[in-house]
Amino acid sequence: MNLTAYLDGVGLLGPGLDNWIAAQPILAGAADYAPRPIVVPPPMALPPAERRRVGLGVKIALAVAQEAVAAAQLDARQLATVFSSSSADGDTCDAICRTLASEDRHLSPTRFHNSVHNAPAGYWGIASGAMTPATVLCAYDGSFAAGLLEALAQVNVDATGVLLVTYEAPYPEPLHTKRPHPSAFGLALALLPRQGPHSLARLRVELVEAPVDQLKNPDLEALRRQIPSARGLPLLQALASGRAERVILEYLEPLSLAVTIEPCR
Amino acid sequence: MTPLHLSHFTASSCLGHGLEATLAALRQHHSGLAACHFETVRNLDAHIGEVAKVDDASLPASLAEYDCRNNRLAFLGLQQDGFSVAVEAAVARHGRRRVGVFLGTSTAGILQAEQAYRRRDPASGALPDDFIYRTTHNSYSLADFVRHVFRLEGPAVVISTACSSSAKVFAAAARMLAAGLIDAALVGGVDSLCLTTLYGFNSLELLSPEPCRPFDAERNGLSIGEAAAFILLERAADSLNANDVLLLGTGESSDAHHMSSPHPDGLGARMAMAAALQAAGLQATDIDYINLHGTATPSNDAAEGRAVAALFGDRVPCSSTKGATGHTLGAAGGLEAVISALALRHGFLPGGVNTRQVDPGIPIQYLTANRESAPRRVLSNSFGFGGTNCSLVLGRAG
Repeated sequence: MNLTAYLDGVGLLGPGLDNWIAAQPILAGAADYAPRPIVVPPPMALPPAERRRVGLGVKIALAVAQEAVAAAQLDARQLATVFSSSSADGDTCDAICRTLASEDRHLSPTRFHNSVHNAPAGYWGIASGAMTPATVLCAYDGSFAAGLLEALAQVNVDATGVLLVTYEAPYPEPLHTKRPHPSAFGLALALLPRQGPHSLARLRVELVEAPVDQLKNPDLEALRRQIPSARGLPLLQALASGRAERVILEYLEPLSLAVTIEPCR
Repeated sequence: MTPLHLSHFTASSCLGHGLEATLAALRQHHSGLAACHFETVRNLDAHIGEVAKVDDASLPASLAEYDCRNNRLAFLGLQQDGFSVAVEAAVARHGRRRVGVFLGTSTAGILQAEQAYRRRDPASGALPDDFIYRTTHNSYSLADFVRHVFRLEGPAVVISTACSSSAKVFAAAARMLAAGLIDAALVGGVDSLCLTTLYGFNSLELLSPEPCRPFDAERNGLSIGEAAAFILLERAADSLNANDVLLLGTGESSDAHHMSSPHPDGLGARMAMAAALQAAGLQATDIDYINLHGTATPSNDAAEGRAVAALFGDRVPCSSTKGATGHTLGAAGGLEAVISALALRHGFLPGGVNTRQVDPGIPIQYLTANRESAPRRVLSNSFGFGGTNCSLVLGRAG
């Protein structure tokens, strides 16, 4: 089976990458990349009680998810979701480990339910009303490619539209030293089985044995190397260039994921 | 979906290591739950389902960096029932690139980080050098470990949707098989006891002070367990034995309701069960037994009961086996798929353990004793925190 899908919407949020529209000239090399601390908007689609409870991981996941769905002009309730992250919410994990290492091990119930890897999927359901399947996965540094592969499998086998959301929210110290992500980052793709009026490109993925593509800009390349969800940036760079291209993304040794991008307009 | 063959399977839980011990405990209507004395936990009024001798399961020297309770439990599980031999045979049949790994876990080796935080450097706050994040704490460490045990080179992933994790791996693996990316899938789940889940569920006031009593009128919470369950999934050969077990359908949904409470009417649960039936091409009347999610919290069992009653009425015998095994969280879907396969293969329905008086407000046919029967098709439910639901339909080949 050829694994193909139409990409109808992109969500992007990273340091110096405020959204997909603003990032396109930067990724295409037409504007300078100026790294600066990321600003993550509050998740206004959540009811106020939930909005106060969520951590950075949920905020960034929901921000890029909403951007991709809005750009594609799709109904979120019709899309299955794939959430992929290596570390999920670093602050929550650190806070729980600190409490459990202290004299008083009582955890906050909100902390605990925010610690599950599928917290963003749960909050996305509450925010969007989508009762569609949500798959939540982890493949360490291969998490972006694993998410894209799972999303394309769903598009092709289940013949459904899929919202892929990949994100990281970095660990504070002392875990940061063990797993250093320099910033929070989010990248979402709205993928459909058939071409529509908003389709940006047709994607085809295959497992190959080939060296992964790097980004020419050293600052962007540093992001790609240090943040699993930023391993998808070569795909966005090709998309921003507007040319038909094939990029090789990091997956799991010895395999890489090749993505062929054919622009629709 | 095209039926897939469970060509080999195994499970280890507090009921014992491997299928024979598991089957014997189920046949004896035995519970493996005991008062919680895990690790340094002394102040929780709870029961747990601890797997015996996990600490004795040492890993091969070449995989020493993966050493943690979760991977020890995984390795212990892989040694049972000739499962490792079956995987090697599948590798010989299909090739290292063509066997995928799809495993569920909720907490992987987080216990390793919990213990490392107690040993932080007093001056710098740094974690000890012997704490290896990638191969123990990270969620993917489980699939990475198993992939390395068998030197596999194909697709691999950990699915972590809390308590539905190792049910959803069946659906992900089935998609990869259907897409032609692999020819066999090593699926299942491993979750091990840790402080995060014990104190976490305690913070939600969801731990029962006694062995959990699913669907009991006086149920008062869950008992956490741990388990390793592994299943080898392959396309079904033309000729199968009557006793062979097939995956007939998977169904997934989301509650879109609340992070830690189910939809009160079990709407998401009902959608997952209906989707699994549809994928299998079956009607509700075709199901002979339901292995319920049945965590024994008041709201979970009530919601699941409403969803089951809405689809099946009280016609289908149902039980939760969590009174016997505890709630093994990210391993529950895999463990209960194996228990369902045992029911199909050995012709019995496992009655729920610890349940004294079935909740009269839940209009389903809940079994409190084993029943000799010859089920042909069973449904297994797994519903996760965050409202991530998955149901599986398994059936006999003949």
